[in-house]
Amino acid sequence: MSEVTLIGYGSGNVASVRFALERLGARVRITDDPADVDEAERIILPGVGAAGYAMQRLKALDLIEPLRRFQRPLLGVCLGQQLLFDASAEDEDAENGGADLLGLIPGRVEAILPAPSRPSPHMGWSRLTTRRDDPLLDGVKDGDWAYFVHGYVCPDGPATLAAADYGVAVPAMVNSANRWGCQFHPERSAALGARILKNFLELPA
Amino acid sequence: MTARRIIPCLDVKDGRVVKGVRFEGHVDMGDAAELAARYRDQGADELVFYDITASPEGRTLDYGWVQDIARLLDIPFCVAGGIRTVEQAARCLDHGADKVSINSPALERPELIGEMAARLGRQCVVVGVDSAFQDGEWRVHKYTGDPDARRGAGRLTMEWIVEAQGLGAGEIVLNCIDQDGVRRGYDLNQLAEARRRLTIPLVASGGAGAVEHFRDVFVEADVSGALAASVFHSGAIKIPELKRYLDQQGVEVRI
Repeated sequence: MSEVTLIGYGSGNVASVRFALERLGARVRITDDPADVDEAERIILPGVGAAGYAMQRLKALDLIEPLRRFQRPLLGVCLGQQLLFDASAEDEDAENGGADLLGLIPGRVEAILPAPSRPSPHMGWSRLTTRRDDPLLDGVKDGDWAYFVHGYVCPDGPATLAAADYGVAVPAMVNSANRWGCQFHPERSAALGARILKNFLELPA
Repeated sequence: MTARRIIPCLDVKDGRVVKGVRFEGHVDMGDAAELAARYRDQGADELVFYDITASPEGRTLDYGWVQDIARLLDIPFCVAGGIRTVEQAARCLDHGADKVSINSPALERPELIGEMAARLGRQCVVVGVDSAFQDGEWRVHKYTGDPDARRGAGRLTMEWIVEAQGLGAGEIVLNCIDQDGVRRGYDLNQLAEARRRLTIPLVASGGAGAVEHFRDVFVEADVSGALAASVFHSGAIKIPELKRYLDQQGVEVRI
């Protein structure tokens, strides 16, 4: 049985991610202690809400450097995926023009602008198209549905593993070295989401 | 793009799903988590749980059943009824809900919408609006948990939904109460007008009685989701058949 450390930093839907992992039989440790990050076998960084607020929380808890230097499998979920990138256009006071993020994948997270027949936030089930092979995509087929809720979108680039079409290309899953991201909510994406979490739990740590 | 969402709404009392029956009060339909799983298996895209007694009686939500549902369910769900403070909304999400829906508390204190959005993110803030046509305008009504306690709220629907969006709502559920329980179809004019005015997702509620009504509301009012209760609970419309029909009609659904 895999053990997974879930970062509970006051900016995430920690409960639903925890329940999804428990449904897969994982042992889940929820922590906001930097020492636990250093020792973890694998880490999931959840997150909902504003990027600037999430980074403030990580900073206040001294979690930024431990997450940056973590070398075993790390999965960012929803806002957690966005936090892997360099910067975000999203900021509560907007005076400094955005928030600095963890800087583990190059690029800037931008707003999804509403357009006719394209409300923002992007909320609902969209189909995935895979871009390249990856252990996290084991058993995932093109056209599988995933549940998204987000108003900001990561830059599409070489890190994109799977994308969804929402008028703009939405990097739905990303990977760079030992870090993965899921823009959609695997804990709320039925069988597809369970498969991806199971694949993550089975990555060699 | 996104699939059009089919959203059953379940009325919950003390963790049990209930159904209102004329002259008899509420009939117990079963455990909320069990019924939720049944709808999930049939292909529901999302569920709404509405604590029917909460708002009119001034009660607040009991969160134990929310956690039971969250443990079991692997599709998104929203909790409505009795949420009056940011702390209550946060606790609800802490117990595993994905969204919370506020209705009359937002009318009484609109700043609540912004406070919830700032702390929890706007994606989980749903504003429910009960609307009826009166004196030549669509007008907001309050306290629809109990028909006897329903009354006009003194606001115009189209102004209120735009204000709610500006304050930080991530989604609007527009319940057209002239249509509610009548099963003659969603209020296409009102929903299309609301859709034109909003940039956030809009969910239709009130009036579903046949599969054609779902096609009409998606095609003609361009809503993101359609909510219904009695037609699903009674078995009059079965979700797999509804989705097959919508797919044949060219409406994108998750099958």
